Amino acid sequence: MKITLKVWRQKNAQSEGKFETYPAHDISPDMSFLEMLDVVNERLIEKNEEPFAFDHDCREGICGSCSLYINGRAHGPKKGVTACQLHMRSFDDGETIHVEPWRAKPFPVIKDLIVDRTAFDRIMESGGFVSVKTGSAPDGNAILIPHDDAEMAIDAASCIGCGAWVAACKNASAMLFVSAKVSQFTLLPQGHPERETRVLDMVAQMDKEGFGSCTNTGACEAECPKEISISNIARLNREFIRANVR
Amino acid sequence: MGWLSKTFTSSVGKKLIMALTGLFLISFLIVHLSGNFLLLRNDNGAAFFQYSEFMKTNPVILVMEVVLFLGFIIHAFSGFRLALENKKARPVGYAVNRPSENSSVFSRSMVWTGSIVFIFLVIHLKSFFVDHKVASWMGVTHEETLFQAVVSAFQNPVYTWFYVAAMVLLGFHLNHGFQSAFQTLGLNHKKYTPLIKKLGLIFSIVVPLLFAYVPLYFLLIYKTTGGN
Repeated sequence: MKITLKVWRQKNAQSEGKFETYPAHDISPDMSFLEMLDVVNERLIEKNEEPFAFDHDCREGICGSCSLYINGRAHGPKKGVTACQLHMRSFDDGETIHVEPWRAKPFPVIKDLIVDRTAFDRIMESGGFVSVKTGSAPDGNAILIPHDDAEMAIDAASCIGCGAWVAACKNASAMLFVSAKVSQFTLLPQGHPERETRVLDMVAQMDKEGFGSCTNTGACEAECPKEISISNIARLNREFIRANVR
Repeated sequence: MGWLSKTFTSSVGKKLIMALTGLFLISFLIVHLSGNFLLLRNDNGAAFFQYSEFMKTNPVILVMEVVLFLGFIIHAFSGFRLALENKKARPVGYAVNRPSENSSVFSRSMVWTGSIVFIFLVIHLKSFFVDHKVASWMGVTHEETLFQAVVSAFQNPVYTWFYVAAMVLLGFHLNHGFQSAFQTLGLNHKKYTPLIKKLGLIFSIVVPLLFAYVPLYFLLIYKTTGGN
């Protein structure tokens, strides 16, 4: 395959960035998107040029590092996958591919395609601790959990915190992330002691970080690589109302 | 800051304000529409005259009118503020963006459809509220009745087609707004959400269509049957 890559280059958070064009030939359709970026970068290194920086880690779709806005979509054109699970066969031969970093005020660009996503860590921290029983080990099935609740909780917990929803949302809202995290605790009895403070504190921290508000466009759900449902956002809203009137 | 103001200034709280005022305004649309249909009775506006006199004098209506104005103002003001704040959350935009792949155009254009409906509302109130209701408050008696004002306004094609265009945009606004309000209130369940979405779609088509039918009737079908 032959493609033309237009990659966002930016030295650091302070400097202005711009697109650089890199024509790439001999690209195998079986390469993952990240492997293709590696190949292009290696060729840049051979020419003594600076390779572009991008986030990546597990390369098996579970870490949420590969934050790339590819051709106007978070994680590229395929549904339910991260950029590392996207393959070059999803593109046309001769296609021009734009690669941009996530764009949001709470995600400043660190370098090229890498953005600072520590805002999520601060939101998680604001959720606080979960009370646990100490003492002797409890029986495996001491706490009974309805099967459907367990399923919903694990669906919510499958969020990998990649930030695709912030990137795709026209309001750069982090609501799907926060709602998934609130849901995974709220749906299980173990999360109940801190049920109210958790939702209030996490929403407050989310607002403090400067994310936009949700307008229910559903873009997050459509772009989420883990296909997390916006019914979690409705649950977040319910929990928020409940915590406020209680 | 008290808990109440803290609640309603948070991002979820601001959505709740939009949803609650939005649903209230939706309920008003039904009341308004039922009144409009009195215009279509072939009685030279007798029933509509009675209706407009009732609306001008009934104490419950007068209180609701204030509530309604507040509803509109809060909905419009919070909507604008949210749109501006949300814009600020992404200072640098994308060079290439394909939002049509992940969301409906209706959901992404709420501030635009809402703004045009708001402009329509100002003109609409000027024609049918300020000139009649406010004048009667101030003791100015009007020669023409509200019915005659309606007929002459709608026989102006520019006015009527603007009205129809505003109703189309109202439909776009409702298409997203109706079901979105329930989601914001936390009412999302596989049992009833599909029903809410269907109801919202039907509402957003049928209600603006019925609203638009009245001015179109006066423009295209109604013939002045002599006398004033």
